[in-house]
Parts: sequence; C-alpha cells; structure tokens
Amino acid sequence: MNFTRRKVSFLFALMAMIGVLLILINPAYAQDETPGTPTDNEVNAIAKQLYCPVCENIPLDVCPTQACAEWRELIRLKLSEGWDEGQIKQYFVEQYGARVLSSPPASGFNWLVYIIPAVGILIGIFLLYKAFQSLRAPLKVDEEDDLPEVDDDYVARLEDELRNR
Amino acid sequence: MTETQDNSTDNNSAESSESGSRKLNIFGLSISIGALIAWVSLLFLLGIVGISLLKAQQGPVRIGSQAPNFTLTTFDGEEITMDELRGKVVVVNFWASWCKPCEQEAAELEEAWRYYEPRGDVVFLGVDWTDTEPKALRYLEKFDVTYPNGPDLGTRISQLYRTTGVPETYIVDKNGALAYVKLSPFLSLQEIKSAINPLVEQ
Repeated sequence: MNFTRRKVSFLFALMAMIGVLLILINPAYAQDETPGTPTDNEVNAIAKQLYCPVCENIPLDVCPTQACAEWRELIRLKLSEGWDEGQIKQYFVEQYGARVLSSPPASGFNWLVYIIPAVGILIGIFLLYKAFQSLRAPLKVDEEDDLPEVDDDYVARLEDELRNR
Repeated sequence: MTETQDNSTDNNSAESSESGSRKLNIFGLSISIGALIAWVSLLFLLGIVGISLLKAQQGPVRIGSQAPNFTLTTFDGEEITMDELRGKVVVVNFWASWCKPCEQEAAELEEAWRYYEPRGDVVFLGVDWTDTEPKALRYLEKFDVTYPNGPDLGTRISQLYRTTGVPETYIVDKNGALAYVKLSPFLSLQEIKSAINPLVEQ
C-alpha cells in the first residue's frame, strides 16, 4: 500500500517534470525553426523606412511588385550577412539614390524640408499674437488732432447754442 | 547734381522708424524688414518650385544635343567613361532583370553586339536600372550577354538621360551627339542594324 502511494507520487512527479520540460522546450523549437534567417518583421522594420525606387510613393514593406519582393529579399540577405540597419540603408542610397529614403538626409537643399515647417509655424504664431494684440488694444483717438476743423458758420453757431443750454 | 543723386540714394535705402517698427524705403516703397524677409523667402521658395517643375517637364534628351557624359562601373569592376569613347558609335541600353519587355530585346541586342564587335567602332553598354546584383547577373547569364554591363549607381545615369523607364536605348554618334532614341524594346536585329548602320558610315 505504502509502496503503491510512493509509486503514484513518483509518477506524478515524473509527469510534472516532463510537462515543465515540454513547456520550456517548445518555444525553443519555435525560435530555432530557421536558424540564422532574419524574420519578416526584421526585414519589414527596415523596408518600411525605404521607398520603392520604381513605383513612386509606396513604402517597400507594402509594395506588391516583383521588384519590391526582390529588394526585401536583398534586405534579408544583407541582414543574414550581419549588416545593420544603417549599412543597409546606406547601400540602398548608393544603389538607387537618396529618393528611396522615407525621410531625406539633412544636407544641402534638404535642410529646407526640416526648416520651412518650423519657420512657418513660428511666423504663424507671431502673426496670431500680433492679431490678438491689435484686437485687445483700444483705439487711441486723439480728439483734438483727429477731428477735422470745422469751418462752417452754421455748425459753429449750432455748437455755441448747444453749449449755452 | 551730386547732392540730388545722394538724396535719391538715401531715399532708396533709408531706414525710418516713424511708426515704431523699422521700415525700409526701397524705390519709394515703404516696407518693414519683417515683410521684406517674408517676401524674399516666398520668392525663393517659388523659384525652387519653378526650377523643379521645369526640370520635371524637360522630357528626354533631345536628338542632336551632346550626349550626357557618365562613367559606368561594370559588374566586373571595369570603369568606362563616355567621353573616352569619342570616335565610336555608342549604344546605351537601360534595362532591369524584373523588366519583361527587356527580355524581348536582350537576345537581339547581344546578336547585334556580336555582329558589330569585330569592327571596333561600335560599343554597346548595358545600364542596369534599379536592380539587385544577383538577379542582374542571373539575367546576363540567361541571355548570354557579353557586352559591358553595370549598375546605374544612385540612378545617376538614368537621371542624366532623363529616362522614363526600361527598356530604353540611346545611340550616340562618333561626335558624341545623341543620334537615336528608342523608348521601347527593339523588335528585331534588323531594327537595331538600321539604327546603327547610318552612324557607322558617317
């Protein structure tokens, strides 16, 4: 009886150990499916920062053409060779020009792309500030200076009479 | 007379601060410095946009004009410069491995190259546009292309020729002038010969 209980508890312990081992081993199998091959996510992380050199305005990660599929494979190849993101982007610029980059490099005339929006916003804020200031400030009217001199006898007499009342 | 000239110069560039803000009097027009900067910036931007539009609407290089000079680094590492080919007829063909119409003319171009190669006064150059090197090399192997081919690095050559796609072929005469443009694939060897022969006989 005692032996049977010990046997059962041993079996439970053995099954628990196997269960734990299976849980630990399973993810390792999933990771080791294709050792050394970069995943689609790793490829697309770089591809979405690049644009198709042939079909304009389509990011490389969502471009459906055969040429784009080849470029994505090229990214995968370079990643598997140990290239980093910067090196791959630089390679694409050398091969296909700076227009493949999703954000242009901050050099030469490209600086305008970064400066103009900021300057535009600053000018807009300044103009708004000026407009609000002019709305809030009361109009300074110097009656003595601004009123035209009356040179009419009738108006002069009228004003005299009004003053005398 | 001198005083009058001096006065007018002063008026044209005089600064005034009558209304509190600094103003410039330019050719009789009173304008604040801020407005002047804004107008100059606007004109500068319009200039850039205008130049870009003009460039975009230029179209392909005109026949008869001097062919743009470029250096092609071939897949074998050899450097070929257009200017150094003066005195020869140069056939510049833009292609890509993913381009199906390019395949239509690949065999004919190679055949034409083998026909003209012994003469020595006709050069064929293949410019591989926006392609991957492994695919390009496979394409060259598939069609047994033997004339010099290289990538259009940074798409600089295609920009010089203002190409609109692939395949496109530009034939430059012995004087370095653009003599013939084909914006679609050649359909036969005869068509290629009829484009090159008049230039060889010049």
